[in-house]
Amino acid sequence: MDKILYTLIVYSENIAGLLNQITAVFTRRQINIESLNVSASSIKGVHKYTITAWCDEESIKKIVRQIEKKIDVLQAHYFTDDEIFSHEIALYKLSTPVLEKDPRVSALIRKYNARVVEVNPTYSAMEKDGTTEDIIALHDELQQLGCVLQFVRSGRIALTKSCVERVNEFLADREARYLQSKGE
Amino acid sequence: MSKERITGAEALMRSLEHQGVKTMFGYPGGSIMPVFDALYDHRDRLQHILVRHEQGATHAAQGYARASGKVGVCLVTSGPGATNTVTGIADAMIDSTPIVVIAGQVGTAFLGSDAFQEVDLVGITQPISKWSYQIRRAEDVPWAVARAFYIASSGRPGPVVLDFAKNAQVETLDYEPVSLDFIRSYVSVPDTDKMSVIRAAELINKAQRPLVLVGQGVELGNAQEELQAFIEKAQMPAGCTLLGLSALPTDHALNMGMLGMHGNLAPNVKTNECDLLIAVGMRFDDRVTGTLATYARQAKVIHFDIDAAEINKNVHADVAVMGDCKATLRAVTELLIPATHKEWIESFAPYREEENRKVIEPEIHPTAGPLNMGEVVRAVSEAAHHEAVLVTDVGQNQMMSARYFKYSRNRSIITSGGLGTMGFGLPAAVGATFAVPDRTVCVFMGDGGLQMNLQELGTIMEQKAPVKMILLNNNFLGNVRQWQAMFFNRKYSFTPMTNPDYLKIAEAYEIPARRVTDRAELKEAIEEMLTTDGPFFLEACVIEEGNVLPMTPPGGSVDVMLLEC
Repeated sequence: MDKILYTLIVYSENIAGLLNQITAVFTRRQINIESLNVSASSIKGVHKYTITAWCDEESIKKIVRQIEKKIDVLQAHYFTDDEIFSHEIALYKLSTPVLEKDPRVSALIRKYNARVVEVNPTYSAMEKDGTTEDIIALHDELQQLGCVLQFVRSGRIALTKSCVERVNEFLADREARYLQSKGE
Repeated sequence: MSKERITGAEALMRSLEHQGVKTMFGYPGGSIMPVFDALYDHRDRLQHILVRHEQGATHAAQGYARASGKVGVCLVTSGPGATNTVTGIADAMIDSTPIVVIAGQVGTAFLGSDAFQEVDLVGITQPISKWSYQIRRAEDVPWAVARAFYIASSGRPGPVVLDFAKNAQVETLDYEPVSLDFIRSYVSVPDTDKMSVIRAAELINKAQRPLVLVGQGVELGNAQEELQAFIEKAQMPAGCTLLGLSALPTDHALNMGMLGMHGNLAPNVKTNECDLLIAVGMRFDDRVTGTLATYARQAKVIHFDIDAAEINKNVHADVAVMGDCKATLRAVTELLIPATHKEWIESFAPYREEENRKVIEPEIHPTAGPLNMGEVVRAVSEAAHHEAVLVTDVGQNQMMSARYFKYSRNRSIITSGGLGTMGFGLPAAVGATFAVPDRTVCVFMGDGGLQMNLQELGTIMEQKAPVKMILLNNNFLGNVRQWQAMFFNRKYSFTPMTNPDYLKIAEAYEIPARRVTDRAELKEAIEEMLTTDGPFFLEACVIEEGNVLPMTPPGGSVDVMLLEC
């Protein structure tokens, strides 16, 4: 089956040790995690994991179910690129002497809408956000000009395009059931 | 209610009592001493069985849980005590057995410093447990214990680990009992989609050749009666997985036998002839399916399960009926149109007859030569009126006893299915005797597996646990030897074993014992075993190179079984 880049969004309770459990699901199935971002979500006490991995749909479905099975995981879903808005950020550390000597470097920085964060006589730091493709394209072009000292990309963060917030619905449903069970 | 100021260790005792725990299996050590100190004052309410090795404690807890349906409890120390439980935890995970393992841990001030007997138990057990939690503060004890028991016993059951830091054992808290049956992030029983019930019934009502696969889920869900009503209403033949064998009485007219690699010929062959496969609480293990490429490709599949992660994991389900099978089986049964499937049921007969003639009869009623394994098993089953609890070790002894024991009561087979843990049998049988003291517990072991947890004879001696031990001694690691014979040109690489004198071992442990080699003595020896109060050790010297048949060769198709080799 064809491998494509899937984005998994996982919501969990804020409990220590869960990251291990989630990544272990990938390890067991010998699937590499391409990028991983963990942070607080908009819901108090709920953490959000955004994970990307190349794999086929059969595998990603099984992975999502096995992640969702973890006691402290609220929900897990997978998405293709057309179902989400996604973004990454990248930092580029460039040689200032090359930057000053070769006008093509500044041209590239303008073309890709990167932002200058720091300039000193030794190096200049740039920041760019956008899609993976854009970020890598800028890196590759800068690399050809021989000015890249360091380069780093963040993990992907993503929002779903759907008009339904499934995790909110899930939590509301769980809350209602809890109250109902106490009411009996 | 006024709260009382007590230690974390005392809170653990009260929390266990609050959960209804009566019996536990354990072994003391440095980091769990405050708990054992508290336990001493609770001896009249909490029975603690001192095992001889922590692995034995986990298997005993598993045996207890499997026989009773209640949560089995282990209490061990940190470090090696904790790592010795790992095999049992993994075994309980893959076989869905509810146990709670409580292990001591060094104090939180020492965590991460490579302190004496410190091990990252939560890190080790996370991938092999349903839930694993470190108790670092005394005030968390009542909550953590309540949560542990709820998680272990609800939904698809499994093992839970509580890693109990020593400071939390000695520090104090205001104790109040905690009851818990809700965790926001954990849906123990998924909702049943009404449409799935209707579609399942439609498929069954249309089916000409339905076959039901009965798994342990039926026993875990206490749905044995519902299962019978379900298969009887539409007269659907059924096969049982190894762990599901006692969910349907062996002699039920629709029970066509055991599924899988060493199962019965008819249900395996018919798996590839049926037009509808109905799996209830089973997970399509590779030992059941053989190669998936040729497994029931002609059939539509209905899968009843409580665990969403099992659906489409190995075999695609046309209809998945999620939920508790006690309720879902009932719901589907209501919509069934009574049917007879007479021809289909009759079509099993030639295969049963063939297996009976070529395999079963020669195995259980031989006329000459040394004792057969199956012969001993069936004789024990008969002598116990097919009402005993069967515990097995792993290997040929396991397949032979699963095949030739008969089951008339629920929760009557306790065996290590998924993990295949040699050494499981003896301690599991100890646990079973505490769970169902009114039932006869028979454990069949090989000479290999017995020696993997032989030390538990000490527990049996001390407790006078009425375990009826049957050693099927062939002086070989028999299952591996069989594979070497069949697939490795009879190169018996490290499978012959030089055995000790087991009667002397039994004698040292003051366990009545007898050795039987002669067919003429077999029945009487078994009678002596069953009529002797307390434990008994029966060594049956069986044919050295006996083979378990029939057999689906590994990686082979489910319907192609060797009847001889």
